[in-house]
Amino acid sequence: MGKVGIIGVGQSSFVRGYPGSIRELAFEGFREAMKDAQISVNDIDASIVCSAPEYDKQRSPAGVFAEYLGLIPQPTCYLESLCSSSSMGLRVAYSLVKSGLHDVVAVIGFQKMSEISSAESQERMGRGADIQWESPFGTMMPAYYAMYARAHMEKYGTTEEDLALIRVKSSTYGQINDKAVYRKPVSLDMFSDPESPMSGPVASPLRVGDCCANADGSSCVIVANEEKAKALSDKPVWILGLGAASTSVNLAGRDLFTGLTVAQEAARQAYEMAGVGPNDIDVAEVHDCFTIAELMAYENLGFAKPGEGKELIRSKETYKEGSIPINVDGGLLSKGHPVGATGGSQIRTIVLQLRGEAGQMQVKDPEIGLVHNIGGVGLYGCVTILGR
Amino acid sequence: MAKKKKEVDDRFKKFGIVSFTGITKVNDFIGYLEQGRVMGTQCKGCGKKYFPPRADCFHCLDSDMEWFEVSGSGKLVTYSQLQYAPLGFESDLPYCIALLDYGEYKVFGRIAKEIPEQDLRLGMDMKTEVVKHPNGQLSYQFTKA
Repeated sequence: MGKVGIIGVGQSSFVRGYPGSIRELAFEGFREAMKDAQISVNDIDASIVCSAPEYDKQRSPAGVFAEYLGLIPQPTCYLESLCSSSSMGLRVAYSLVKSGLHDVVAVIGFQKMSEISSAESQERMGRGADIQWESPFGTMMPAYYAMYARAHMEKYGTTEEDLALIRVKSSTYGQINDKAVYRKPVSLDMFSDPESPMSGPVASPLRVGDCCANADGSSCVIVANEEKAKALSDKPVWILGLGAASTSVNLAGRDLFTGLTVAQEAARQAYEMAGVGPNDIDVAEVHDCFTIAELMAYENLGFAKPGEGKELIRSKETYKEGSIPINVDGGLLSKGHPVGATGGSQIRTIVLQLRGEAGQMQVKDPEIGLVHNIGGVGLYGCVTILGR
Repeated sequence: MAKKKKEVDDRFKKFGIVSFTGITKVNDFIGYLEQGRVMGTQCKGCGKKYFPPRADCFHCLDSDMEWFEVSGSGKLVTYSQLQYAPLGFESDLPYCIALLDYGEYKVFGRIAKEIPEQDLRLGMDMKTEVVKHPNGQLSYQFTKA
């Protein structure tokens, strides 16, 4: 069996308050991917629609989108694994193509978070954890990740400033990414300035500046079997490795609080499948829903030893010019995090990097890239390795 | 003759500030909270202790469980104090969520409000006790051991 390639990628701008409905939002990412692939709707054999449920009223969005995007009568279905939905969608699309069932599959991610308030959104996100045993205590995503931050600081001496440095890096690239929702500069001083919104407490030790913003957005990734990819595209990017894992939803069922086991396990699988290691990765996108999440990703993916992630950011090794450029599109912290669209956006960034089309954000001549996309509080983990 | 309304055991609605679950096979957890006891379940087949309690053991594929009491002290694994709350919890701010390690099992919950955040140290011994909220809801919280 041959390889599976990505022949088109697209995303909408990630914005606050998208002035349209979810099908119209989905069209934005889809149109960009279709134009990128230079194909027509008749070339697509199936679609997978990905989001986290309950942000909008539409039940079963797959059928609605398929009609709006001109993808009927082809089969379509809805798939979710919270914030990692569209990476999981890519994994399923890979399987559909690799099995020979379909030649070309579109993975469409979306989220319109602005249909509900921020407090409602925190409640929805919190219910992506254990609603029976944890949500009754008033949990939310920043607080869960804050518990990981606290444990990491205690064990390894990571500081609040280390975390702030990750946000400063993020803003460096958010300013040059015209699809990002947050495009203003962020300095270290802002974290200690009570007048700056960045310094506002959210869930100790995390502050506003440590948290990504809600956003509306869509993404689309089009995959094809080797024959079709070569016929339809002169610049396919190949899926070299896929890893995925899950863990206990309740923190009481976990043993590690200084890293995410799903990321470690998904990375192990993806590296093994691709036949590469952390040193072979030239550029990566990691799931920085919070600054601590990016720091843990450095370690869980093997770019740094456990506890040494802080050294990578202190020495700027994860900047564009460093030894392992990470989130040089601004990441979730600057782009915003429209849950179901995020994985597709990360994949788009790496595909553009590998093609040398990332503009001002371009890393020098990368050959292998990695995407780390986490769902919930380290509940689901997907790692995808792509190559030219 | 009017049909007799079937009685539903939805005691779990009483768990926490806001409960998102009404009916569970471990509803007796609430009965025990009313008695001032925080309980987990243990599989009679393999002896595995579960907290939070479960009705079913995935090791044995059996549902023959007995209750055990969360007693003694656990070590504070990690915590976070919230200054922003999800919908329904705003009036409760600030509050602190935390995890205790009892060795055989861990317990996720809240730290008692009267303990200031600066008194918390990871690794410190804490115990779990039942708390009744002003609105009649039942829960548990962690206090210094």
